[in-house]
Amino acid sequence: MCTRAVGGLAHYVEDEGVATTQISLIRPHTEAIKPPRAMWVPFDLGRPLGIPHDAGFQKRVLLSALKLLEESSGPVITDFPEEAPVTREADVIWACPVNLVREKIDLNDANALRAAFKKETVEMRSWYDLAVKEKQRTTVGVSGLEINQIVEFIGAFIDSVPANPREDISLSFSLNFAVDDLKAFYYEAAAAQPGSASPTAEELDDWFWGDTVAAKVLFAVKDRCLKKDDKMMQLLGKILLIPMSQSDTG
Amino acid sequence: MARLENMPEPQRSHIANTKLPAFDSHPWVDGPALNMRRIAIVSTAGLHRRDDMPFTFEPGDNYRIIPGDTAADDLIMSHVSTNFDRSGFQQDWNVVLPLDRLHELLEEGHIGSVARFHYSFMGAMDPRDLEQSARKLAGLLKDDSVDGVLLVPV
Repeated sequence: MCTRAVGGLAHYVEDEGVATTQISLIRPHTEAIKPPRAMWVPFDLGRPLGIPHDAGFQKRVLLSALKLLEESSGPVITDFPEEAPVTREADVIWACPVNLVREKIDLNDANALRAAFKKETVEMRSWYDLAVKEKQRTTVGVSGLEINQIVEFIGAFIDSVPANPREDISLSFSLNFAVDDLKAFYYEAAAAQPGSASPTAEELDDWFWGDTVAAKVLFAVKDRCLKKDDKMMQLLGKILLIPMSQSDTG
Repeated sequence: MARLENMPEPQRSHIANTKLPAFDSHPWVDGPALNMRRIAIVSTAGLHRRDDMPFTFEPGDNYRIIPGDTAADDLIMSHVSTNFDRSGFQQDWNVVLPLDRLHELLEEGHIGSVARFHYSFMGAMDPRDLEQSARKLAGLLKDDSVDGVLLVPV
């Protein structure tokens, strides 16, 4: 819904006397809102500049959007003419470097599920550490918790309601951010595989939601959230923990 | 790809049925050539520095300031939605906040200067609820002599 937000923000900022231009990811939203200047791009939601580590492509996107500031009248919507480059040959299949536990888990046994979850995160840890060392960067940290704390906290939700580890935000937001950090931890670890190109968003999603114990835990937590009276917990269960595109995976 | 017709259900219907604001006016501000402009980036990705408060729908608490010298490792994301890709941002922050690319455009003479501050909202909100913050933001941008704003969604 961010394209809706940038459309509205542009209207108000321009109305205050500052010229705006914007990238649009959902053309029908931009067509309806009619911000002063917008350039639609045919990229994945979450990737407004196209792809990572292609400075030339990113710069073409950026400059094309900025050049709309020189238009003489509007509202104006243009289309960026290039698709996002494919990062690898189509027949090369990315494989996660981590051999995840394959033994069958009784999803109704909370303790067994928690144990498998913890074991898996320990296995992921060395790849995550490698990724951070190589990139000198991590996006994990929004929850303010360490990975072992995140695993304990999320794991507890399978069959109980743990104490809120933060005093400054509600329990539901603590859970939301802990899940965000957990996913970032897995995705960054999985992308650390040496000697291959970066995995695509689709490959990472298919791997995480299809192959990991962590995803099974999140589906269990989702079911618990749906049974809560709290409005934000309900929202977590409905659309904020599991992407809509993966809602049938569990 | 972010083409509505290619999105799987229920995401496609969720996006297609989103209530959108309709504005009666269409403000337009002219300005100098791009190579004379001072540019700021405003993201709606829920970005902020590691020590900042995350976004939690607290009324009136709608944006975070991103100083121009913020390091890539200091920038994290607390967007409430899980229905967009984050792996691009995890691998390269320029996919969402193209500050490195903006500075390259400056070095190449395409833009006049880069703002001292950039900003991020968390875009999972009706923009009409952001009006007051957006108008306040415009004042901050003018204080920084910004005359060109690039808004970037996720």
